[in-house]
Amino acid sequence: MKRPFFPSAACALACILAFITRCALQAAGPGITITDSANRSIPIAISGFPDEVRKVLEFDLYVVGFDVNSAKPQYLLKSTPGGSVQGTLSDANNSQTIFARAYPGGTARVQAHALANDVVKTLLQLPGIATTRIAFKNSTGNRNAKGEIVSEIWASDYDGANAVALTGDSTIAAAPCWVPGKLELFYTSYRAVRPEIYLQDLRTGDRQRVFSFPGMSSSVSVSPDASRVAMILSKGGSPDLWVANVDGSGVRRLTDTKELEASPCWSPDGSRLCFTSTEGGRPALYTIPADGGAMTRLRTGGVTQCTEPDWSPDGKWIAFTRASGEFTLFVVPASGGDARPLCPGEDPSWSSNSRTLVFTRRSSGDRRLSLLDVPTGHVKDLARISGNCSQPTWAR
Amino acid sequence: MKSLLTRVGLFVMVAVLLGGSAGCSKKPKNPTPLPTGRSGGAAPTQAIPMDPGSGTGRFGADNAVTPTDIRGNRGDTGYPGDPTISELPNIGLTGAQDRTRFASDTIYFEYDRSNVRPQYAANLSNVADYLKAHPTESLLIEGNCDERGTEEYNRALGERRALSVRDRLLALGVNTEQIATISFGEEKPAELGQTEAAYAKNRRAEFILMVNPDPAR
Repeated sequence: MKRPFFPSAACALACILAFITRCALQAAGPGITITDSANRSIPIAISGFPDEVRKVLEFDLYVVGFDVNSAKPQYLLKSTPGGSVQGTLSDANNSQTIFARAYPGGTARVQAHALANDVVKTLLQLPGIATTRIAFKNSTGNRNAKGEIVSEIWASDYDGANAVALTGDSTIAAAPCWVPGKLELFYTSYRAVRPEIYLQDLRTGDRQRVFSFPGMSSSVSVSPDASRVAMILSKGGSPDLWVANVDGSGVRRLTDTKELEASPCWSPDGSRLCFTSTEGGRPALYTIPADGGAMTRLRTGGVTQCTEPDWSPDGKWIAFTRASGEFTLFVVPASGGDARPLCPGEDPSWSSNSRTLVFTRRSSGDRRLSLLDVPTGHVKDLARISGNCSQPTWAR
Repeated sequence: MKSLLTRVGLFVMVAVLLGGSAGCSKKPKNPTPLPTGRSGGAAPTQAIPMDPGSGTGRFGADNAVTPTDIRGNRGDTGYPGDPTISELPNIGLTGAQDRTRFASDTIYFEYDRSNVRPQYAANLSNVADYLKAHPTESLLIEGNCDERGTEEYNRALGERRALSVRDRLLALGVNTEQIATISFGEEKPAELGQTEAAYAKNRRAEFILMVNPDPAR
């Protein structure tokens, strides 16, 4: 096959163009992109930082898709000497400095998170998630006098640090969900015998019981504008999808199947809900207008036993659990289509960057939380939290 | 010759990268599927396992289902004449509980199912007869699951089981106002362990008699 050959100046131009294009591809767009080159890990080398800081940086960058142990880095993140964390990010190929910043104030850990956030914002054009919080259910496995396996609601940094218990009722507390933009958390508690829905203010510790009905009230999901909740109530005779205002008013039924509904989540624009229903015989995903209307099956390309959907903040993807055999995380385009397996796990919750998920991993009875970067497949356990942790919710 | 190959290689590389870039800047008409998880997150390659003891489901092949509307919102009203879709009564649950009277009438379920099987007819009659003879006493039906579903799904399934049992008691003439339901999902197993025997013991509805139910809160 014959091709013309270019003069050397044109070759040099082609090289530069290729390099810029490759960088542009890897920095292209928020969330998950769907070309193979953008799903490759970005290799970065981190050097000169104290051990504690380096570990934080490696974690923070790994879970958003960087390859932090690369022998052929594309970028260099070096420490410059100083009392607080100071870092210089440069391009490994041409040694050009991209930024040099210092992070005074706070602990070394917080400073490291701030530096990682800046690297991510600069190179991926994504919101940094390194200082976000998660909440989850945590159980020691012990039973109370009623025979319930006791669980409490906990919160921690997204990497598992600074974990604290938010409840201490010695009963079952489950299914936490953040109020977007606020330090407030909805959750289910059995402290008054039956599963009811509470709202807790994390600044004051005060809480109020917002939804208390016969039967089961659980599985709250708060709308992205923090005005409404979706939840599963059985007060109408079967576990169905209901919506209401966050203050408890305006309770309204959306489904009335004689089967069960579970695990609602909101679309980012607040117009639709995605949830599980066994209306079709086996658990499958459906969507419904948040103001009421017909429920429509979400096509998942032959994947069955679909539960626990979560809608990515950029609106493009729905992550969910395939709950058969070994539970597996899947992701499907939000309008339906081919669902792709991600890794073993369940109960995914998206971060605000629309690419990192927090989820639960089970291994013979033990449950722990993990993070997954969907485009690259990077997985990292949150190993530092003791207890059986599940049902994570990411503050967005 | 070597420099010609180098230039050909560069040309091909640029063409490929520019072609990829052009594809990236517009919305692709046929989106490339996401890569499966790499580096530690192994993509499952085994066939999707069949549910054990699933019996005949109404479920067909997923890709044969077109996304048509299934059920509309009928608002807050139940089906006329159908007691199973009625609002649940608000019975107080903090009174004295008798777990022994109906301990041997516990009803067990198949995996991922909430239908009450025919072999439990005598259990249901026993409970129904007692309640009809003692109209001031209330029943709490407690629904439970094995751990194999997801947690909130199991909470709903446990409730669906308790409600199925309630349906059967109502059909036997028990007053709606005498029956409350509660679900513990997978959080109150009768037996720990990951064996089929333990799972079977956990998929259950238990009957708890409330002798002096508190007034509703």
